[in-house]
Amino acid sequence: MKLRSLLMAGLAAGAALTAPAAFAQAKEQFFPLLSYRTGPYAPNGTPWANGKQDYIKLINARDGGINGVKLTFEECETGYATDRGVECYERLKGRPGVTIFDPQATGITFALTEKVATDKIPLITLGYGLSVSQDGTAFKWNFPLMGSYWTGADILVQHIGKKEGGLDKLKGKKIALVYHDSPFGKEPIPLLQERARMHGFDLSLIPVTAPGVEQKAAWLQVRQQRPDYVMLWGWGVMNSTALKEAQATGYPREKMYGVWWAGAEPDVKDVGDGAKGYNALALNTSGTQPKVIQDILKQVHDKGQGTGPKDEVGSVLYTRGLIIQMLSVEAVRRAQERFGKGKVMTGEQVRWGMENLNLDQKRLDALGFAGVLRPISTSCQDHMGSTWARIHTWDGSKWNFSSDWYQADEQILKPMVKAGAEKYLADKKLQRRPASDCES
Amino acid sequence: MLYRENGQFKTSYRADQQIFPIRQDRLFMVLLLVVAFVVVPGLASDYLFRAILIPFLIMSLAALGVNILVGYCGQISLGSGAFMAVGAYGAFNFFVRVPGMPLIPALILGGLCATAFGILFGLPSLRVKGLYLAVATLAAQFFSDWMFLRIKWLTNDSPSGSVGVSGLQVFGLPIESAVSRYWFCLAILVVIALLAKNLVRSAIGREWMAIRDMDVAAAVIGIRPMYAKLSAFAVSSFIVGVAGALWAFVYLGTWEPAAFSVDLSFRLLFMVIIGGLGSIMGAFFGAAFIVVLPIALSQLLPAVAGLFGVSISTATLSHAELMIFGALIVWFLVVEPHGLARLWSTAKQKLRLWPFPH
Repeated sequence: MKLRSLLMAGLAAGAALTAPAAFAQAKEQFFPLLSYRTGPYAPNGTPWANGKQDYIKLINARDGGINGVKLTFEECETGYATDRGVECYERLKGRPGVTIFDPQATGITFALTEKVATDKIPLITLGYGLSVSQDGTAFKWNFPLMGSYWTGADILVQHIGKKEGGLDKLKGKKIALVYHDSPFGKEPIPLLQERARMHGFDLSLIPVTAPGVEQKAAWLQVRQQRPDYVMLWGWGVMNSTALKEAQATGYPREKMYGVWWAGAEPDVKDVGDGAKGYNALALNTSGTQPKVIQDILKQVHDKGQGTGPKDEVGSVLYTRGLIIQMLSVEAVRRAQERFGKGKVMTGEQVRWGMENLNLDQKRLDALGFAGVLRPISTSCQDHMGSTWARIHTWDGSKWNFSSDWYQADEQILKPMVKAGAEKYLADKKLQRRPASDCES
Repeated sequence: MLYRENGQFKTSYRADQQIFPIRQDRLFMVLLLVVAFVVVPGLASDYLFRAILIPFLIMSLAALGVNILVGYCGQISLGSGAFMAVGAYGAFNFFVRVPGMPLIPALILGGLCATAFGILFGLPSLRVKGLYLAVATLAAQFFSDWMFLRIKWLTNDSPSGSVGVSGLQVFGLPIESAVSRYWFCLAILVVIALLAKNLVRSAIGREWMAIRDMDVAAAVIGIRPMYAKLSAFAVSSFIVGVAGALWAFVYLGTWEPAAFSVDLSFRLLFMVIIGGLGSIMGAFFGAAFIVVLPIALSQLLPAVAGLFGVSISTATLSHAELMIFGALIVWFLVVEPHGLARLWSTAKQKLRLWPFPH
């Protein structure tokens, strides 16, 4: 037990060493960056984390911060593990000027959802996390921006229906969901079941144990059932393994549709030609054409300040990292408009900014994000802002868009989100936010 | 010099059989408890509580349970993560399904669920031992992973399989703040550690150790292997189950089966081996080593590198952390294969003879 006191003393000394540096810089907005560059999900976690860092560096280099407020960041490695993520959160949440948390993992999101409400720090989960947290009157601090697994699944069903020549043609078709056996993979199931009930298609659920390198049994089921379509709900090594297994099974890749976490370069590069024709949802573009990426190459990478390899700049997940960081920065900017320009915003103020985002096409163009994403505007009721997504297809060397924009069907989602939020509130014995709370 | 038992005479069996027969040890223990209960809450920061002390306390409790099974009874188990999961989900089900269920009975019932589960998966220990048993208990791990992912009833029909609790309170006092959570875990740990210490000193503890040292000889002198082994499984999984419930309720708040993966089982086994097999103290050392050291390293390495004007990236940092951690494990086990607890007792032994060793 003496060891404990020794270690505590050591830690206290360590904290004392680093503390003065933190206190000296008062006028800085601090972005805690939870990331994973190790572990089974590292190939996908790394470009994502690089994008987030580079955008902060760009804002500092090009604009000198947000209205003069410099941005700082610190990364904390979670390894995708929930307990490490909680530790990172506890370590970074107390820093001065802390803005927002983006846990980058569904498991960590679940664990932090209650903690952020007591600590009053917004939690953004762009394209992942809790689908029901779209309901801003029940989840005050969660922001599943741009889409959740429910909207993703909904868009996939719409697209498949369109391919078949109408949603009514789905009757009697077989769709298999090959999913990561964790909350991440299970989130879309309620929506798919609802859609299956509506259109009369046959949904078979095929789980794959985490991290997903062992999929022989799953693909044996696919071989036996011969579904008309396979939806792939994977992350990290699971995706490339699934594509290799599909190739070995002889399942046509053209009939495979991945979620947006199964549609980036690391997922398909190793499979090479075997992945040709594979489709996935896309929340954003890839490539180096957008102005913001040109800016990053010029202002950050050419000056030797870049994070990660230069040729990965503009990849799908890198761009998604940029978007996440851009939305966080814009939330701070929005908050400053109300609470005072050039000031460091608190978590509560950033939450207001996040809840009142209004990025129209003009603003996106000005930010250099023309064509990268659709306009997005959030409100007190809707913490998602937009549900638009496209399908893109891998041609063996890059991702190309193969469909127009889709929007998730409000008619189906709304009652489900409402019912889910009601259940959450009842389970936790919480109350909905009153309308007056929206003003604060 | 100070640590010597000269002049401490024991005139009764009772005095001779105390947990801490040396007065200095008793004083140290009292002091330690005062520090843990009173001084630490006054000094520690919110981060220290929530990210280091609370996980350390809970993992110490879990390691204590594993040590009873592995260290005292010699039944190597890789299913500890599963026992924690059963404790957590068991307590969760009692907590949300029974209206007005108080927290402590829910934790105890969760522990009892783990006990039943532990006895069930301890049955193979009657036939196989050593490495074979380790593999057999691995089945418990995979079974629990499967069970909590597949059986919806156990997760209260949560669509994603993730569950959570809130509004914890004991005797009307809310367990919300970091300090109250710390006190709560500490109190449970102290009570269970005391019970466990007494248990391993009692007849049943001796039976466990006899089975560990040589099960055939133990059977010859009249120890029933079935009773001894299964009771070790029962006691151990109860403690591990309570720890699992605490891990879920107090530390994570919301969790999924992945929080109790096979990884956790391995970590618990490492804690026991590094801390010291067959020692209550070892559980604390092991937990400190496994829980605190990586975090301390991840905080101190950048500071150390900063002194030399080098900044290291997060990826390098976490790789370096793994390497240093692995090297330290190897080094410790080479220097003292009986774990940190043995180092501690060697140091104590030396102190008792200092400055004239013989």
